[in-house]
Amino acid sequence: MTDARIHSGSATATEAAIRARFHIDRGAFVLDVDLALPGRGVTALFGPSGAGKSTFLRAIAGLERVPGGFLEVDGEVWQDESRGIFRPTHRRALGYVFQEAGLFPHMSVRGNLEYGRHRRGNAASVDFVHMVGLLAIGPLLDRRPDTLSGGERQRAAIARALLAGPRLLLLDEPLASLDLARKNEILPYLERLHHELEIPVIYVSHSIDEVVRLADHLVLLAEGRVAASGPLTETLARLDLPETFAEEAGLVVEGRVGASDPAYGLVRIDFQGGSVHVAHAAAPAGHRLRFQIKARDVSLALERLGDTSILNLVPARVVAVAETPGAAHVLVRLDAGGTPLVARITRLSRDRLKLVPGSAVWAQIKAVAVLA
Amino acid sequence: MGEVLQITLFTLGVALLGTLLILPPGIALGWVLARRDWPGKAVVETLVALPLVIPPVATGLILLKLFGRRGLFGRFFEQTLGIEIVFTWRAVVLATGVMAFPLLVRTARVAFEEVAPRFEETARTLGAGPRDVFWTVTLPLARRGLVAGCVLAFARALGEFGATVMIAGMIPGRTITLALGIYQEVQLGRDNEALELLAISAMLALAAVWLSERLMRRRSR
Repeated sequence: MTDARIHSGSATATEAAIRARFHIDRGAFVLDVDLALPGRGVTALFGPSGAGKSTFLRAIAGLERVPGGFLEVDGEVWQDESRGIFRPTHRRALGYVFQEAGLFPHMSVRGNLEYGRHRRGNAASVDFVHMVGLLAIGPLLDRRPDTLSGGERQRAAIARALLAGPRLLLLDEPLASLDLARKNEILPYLERLHHELEIPVIYVSHSIDEVVRLADHLVLLAEGRVAASGPLTETLARLDLPETFAEEAGLVVEGRVGASDPAYGLVRIDFQGGSVHVAHAAAPAGHRLRFQIKARDVSLALERLGDTSILNLVPARVVAVAETPGAAHVLVRLDAGGTPLVARITRLSRDRLKLVPGSAVWAQIKAVAVLA
Repeated sequence: MGEVLQITLFTLGVALLGTLLILPPGIALGWVLARRDWPGKAVVETLVALPLVIPPVATGLILLKLFGRRGLFGRFFEQTLGIEIVFTWRAVVLATGVMAFPLLVRTARVAFEEVAPRFEETARTLGAGPRDVFWTVTLPLARRGLVAGCVLAFARALGEFGATVMIAGMIPGRTITLALGIYQEVQLGRDNEALELLAISAMLALAAVWLSERLMRRRSR
């Protein structure tokens, strides 16, 4: 099931289930978006604050009416102003989780969960007990929202949105108001949902860590415009992205645990074209893990260096080099036996090593972040 | 004592009726002022606040002109509906209601403004239509302020004097309220009777405040 999920999430362009076209021009603020998004999996909407992420989400929900807008979800036209169609928010089968949970303070958690359940015809399709179990909120049902922790509130808000039987789930920085410990408490639930949900999720975030952990599809927004949109790994490996994202450029790779070395606290993860050793608690062999290698953590050498503290050396071939005129660094896209990697090195190094497409190199990976 | 009891019950009755009558339009107007914008909003705001800033006697005079036999509304009520207003108990209800209206609208407006739009938006995303949102989210969340507004309006109605005396006169057994009674007894030199009515007024006011505190505390749990 896990396999099917991730693959369907990546095969995006062909089976677009959400088409959204919104244009807002308010002088200082411009949003100009024309997107086709996959009908399953998590689409992360990533960008700096002020890029228009939340406005885009509000437009999808119909909370903000955009003149001339167009929105089609799962074959249903929710908005097409050129034909005078605008479905008000309460007639759009969606779930919306805001940054602050927004649980109704005058109702118990159960009252909150029941609120959306009977207001839409299709709500019966979601099993209450199952959803409560999935988000582990059973013990909280009779509590008042103000007695809940931030993480508990957010879990209840997610359950409430899903129990209304949405065909599209919108999450607007659901973790932004939580501290790190609470984030780590809630992320596993989101991952579990990711594997269970049949409906598409649009996840707004300005935290690249959340994005690489949860997303299948990535949309980069900058100054109200789509800078890139595509499957997560491909998009993160692109070299032509604006400066805002260059720092975050890198790869998300999925591999399987090969062997654990508890004595040194290391785990070997095998992926197509190589393997890496990472500091990680022992895990059963064959267990799937996602990890990220940022471009700035990859350096390049022409020969395999013996005496080095760097554990992870992967043979690769240069595919492309991207340079910004005048910038000190260049991005080098590599192919390591089928797995793409990106390295961020200085322009001087590129010239000294005479790197061109086709050059054989050793990628020295300084840091690997295990995501899930 | 019979007369004092009659005055007390009459006062409570008209104040209650006056408050109940202005409750639906007062809450509706408070909501509209809090949540909607339209050209001419300032005019409505000013009109609503008018009874607060001009002398109550002046408000009474305006009402007298409007609801008198030859007034704009008075003629309609008398000729079409056969209802006489001026110098009857209905005039007392009218005066107390009009004088209490601005207080109710203002508190209701503040109460609605304090409800975070986020909750209403959330309800909409959960499938609730505009009316549904109002009854299940906005109103319950604004209830403390609304209860306070009602009590304030009721207390104001209990003590109304200037507009009442103008439009209802002082007709023993028909339009005399506690406030009017106190004035009349003092005019007649019957200070003890005036003090008796004063004591009742004070007790009613205290009871109203106590009740509102209790209501708000209980509902907030």
